[in-house]
Amino acid sequence: MGTALIQILVFPGLLFLAVAGLAGEFIDRRLYARFQNRMGPPWFQPLADFIKLLSKEELVPDGADRGLFRLMPVFALTAVVTAFFYIPLWGTSALHAFSGDAIVVLYLLTIPTFTYFLGGYTSKSVYALLGSARTLTQLYAYEVPLFLAVLGPCLLAGTWSLSELTLFFQARPWALAANAAGFVIALIALLGKLEKVPFDIPEAETEIVGGAFTEYSGRFLAWFRLSFDIEMITGASLLAAVFLPFGLGLGFAAGFGLYLVKILFLIALIALIRSLVARLRIDQMIGFCWKVLAPVAFLQVIVNLVLKGIFFS
Amino acid sequence: MPDFGNVQIPVGPQHPALKEPESFLITLRGEKITAASVRMGYNHRGVEKGAEGRTYTQDIYLVERICGICSHSHGTAFIQAVEEIAGLDVPRRAKYIRMLVGELERVHSHLLWLGVAGHEIGFDTLLMYSWRDREVVMDLLAAVSGNRVHYSMNTVGGVRRDVDSALAETILKGVDRLEEQTKYYIQVCSEETTVIKRLSGVGVVTHEDALRLLVVGPTARASGVARDIRKDDPYLAYDELDFKIVTSDHCDVYGRTLVRLGELMESYSMIRQIVKNMPDGPITVKAPRKIPAGEALSRYEAPRGEDVHYVKANGTEKPERVKVRAPTLANLQAVSHMLRDNNLADMPIVIAAIDPCFSCTDRAVEIDRADSGPRDRMDWGRLRAHGIDFYRSRGVDFTELNRSLTRRMKKL
Repeated sequence: MGTALIQILVFPGLLFLAVAGLAGEFIDRRLYARFQNRMGPPWFQPLADFIKLLSKEELVPDGADRGLFRLMPVFALTAVVTAFFYIPLWGTSALHAFSGDAIVVLYLLTIPTFTYFLGGYTSKSVYALLGSARTLTQLYAYEVPLFLAVLGPCLLAGTWSLSELTLFFQARPWALAANAAGFVIALIALLGKLEKVPFDIPEAETEIVGGAFTEYSGRFLAWFRLSFDIEMITGASLLAAVFLPFGLGLGFAAGFGLYLVKILFLIALIALIRSLVARLRIDQMIGFCWKVLAPVAFLQVIVNLVLKGIFFS
Repeated sequence: MPDFGNVQIPVGPQHPALKEPESFLITLRGEKITAASVRMGYNHRGVEKGAEGRTYTQDIYLVERICGICSHSHGTAFIQAVEEIAGLDVPRRAKYIRMLVGELERVHSHLLWLGVAGHEIGFDTLLMYSWRDREVVMDLLAAVSGNRVHYSMNTVGGVRRDVDSALAETILKGVDRLEEQTKYYIQVCSEETTVIKRLSGVGVVTHEDALRLLVVGPTARASGVARDIRKDDPYLAYDELDFKIVTSDHCDVYGRTLVRLGELMESYSMIRQIVKNMPDGPITVKAPRKIPAGEALSRYEAPRGEDVHYVKANGTEKPERVKVRAPTLANLQAVSHMLRDNNLADMPIVIAAIDPCFSCTDRAVEIDRADSGPRDRMDWGRLRAHGIDFYRSRGVDFTELNRSLTRRMKKL
């Protein structure tokens, strides 16, 4: 009981994730700034922002469902932290693993998006309403390619468990090459999930101010922002576990170091992409996801099925 | 897209997409804009009225402050009208220096616009890069005039500061660097897929509509209307320079971007010609303090389009009337036309694409009275009475306050 509590709250649970999330936000912002020829924030900036938001007054708009409005940030945070426990990080087994946890992780990663939608929807502001409508519209665009991209490796390994998946690829690292297309698709879909350029459509500040979070302030906004940071770490960990599961048998210290390198690599990729492109329009985004990403993801699934029939049957 | 029926969203007077207060009421169906109405008047500062109460020399500095970006445009347009009334023959060297500052100002304004456009489509890297390079031209302007904005180069009858050969070298070097960077931006804007996707087919004004709506400047030239005051009605010494009018047939925001980038390249060539052919001689002639009675209309191609100043003199040292028509006023009416049938996501860039300068534009005072039903215009006396009543009903009596202050002053 005691160990479980420490695992959930301290390591690799909430505290570790909060630190990793804030550090991840700092690295992302710093790299983004350097790519843009700027200095960027000091290392403690995300933490300072977080503490400042915690100390601010929180306002609930008139006419909003007070319970729902206050509950949504907590839901978002809980979902992303829970998802983290089922992802194998620096070993071949996750903290908790069971057959079918890949589906649970993907499902848990969908919950934050719904909380953004509900939080914005109950805010009773036109900007928040438009932002939440965009959040949901965007969800239907990137979710299918993301699921298909993760389905590919799972089919190849013949399992729905992330831990068994890593075990399979640990034994056959060369099989990872088959998932290259899936990796790119999942990375792009992750940008949509994290609402980052070019898919920051739901919170495009020049159009709809703060999107779904327009009316959020103080503590609630702080939880939402922290959940975004942790979602980035969880999402990157999922990508690392599914598409980059190598060097997992090195023991804790080396494995942990390698895990951090993988996460840093993914965060750097995200920062690079968002400094290179402009924000798409929602119709362009949906068109891109359904006309380009989804067919390629389907192709990946078919290729993996064929490969499985030839090599692993 | 879930259907919410018609949603009206207010964009402005305070909104992150706008750099200055202005109100756009946008009616949406889903993400499509079905109607847009523009309301201005949030930034009225009474510059025209203020100009009537000041001397011509003071007015130069006042009209410069109409706009923070095209301050030289307003200053020169005003002073050209004054010099025409006074019949002054401005030295050629002064004209060249005015052109030099004018073109440097155009470069700074267009680079600024490029950054803003990048920000409006969520491409912040373009903003950071172009504003970094804009520092080069800002430094040049500071070297020429001593100020980064509000150059205050003009005086009645000429300019206040000379450009020596060392400064000319610095300018040429700076222009070389800027030209190199601008070529890079032209490459970025014509090759980067997301930029082209966001700008093409957005905020369309056809050639016919451009003529009908009387748009000016780069907005008109992007619709294939080859209008440029520098060519059509040359002022200063623009007829001695070799340059072409940059136009585009895209008729959309992308065309406006290309036109502005092309104009940057033209401006660099013009700055080189100006520096090379700078004539010798005095930079100013003596001007009378009192300007003889008369009136003049002056046109100037500001970075955003045609800027018109009308000055009426009555033989004293103060003008009787000054009227300004800033380019944004001409373009603003086309905005609601441009916005129709576009996506909400394109609203910021469509508004930004005319390079709006709302504080330049706001010169009329209109007051909506909640109790009088339809719009009502107040004359000066009623406005004053309304102001007194307004504060009295809130317990502040300025008349009484003034009297008590006067009494206290007398006691002292």
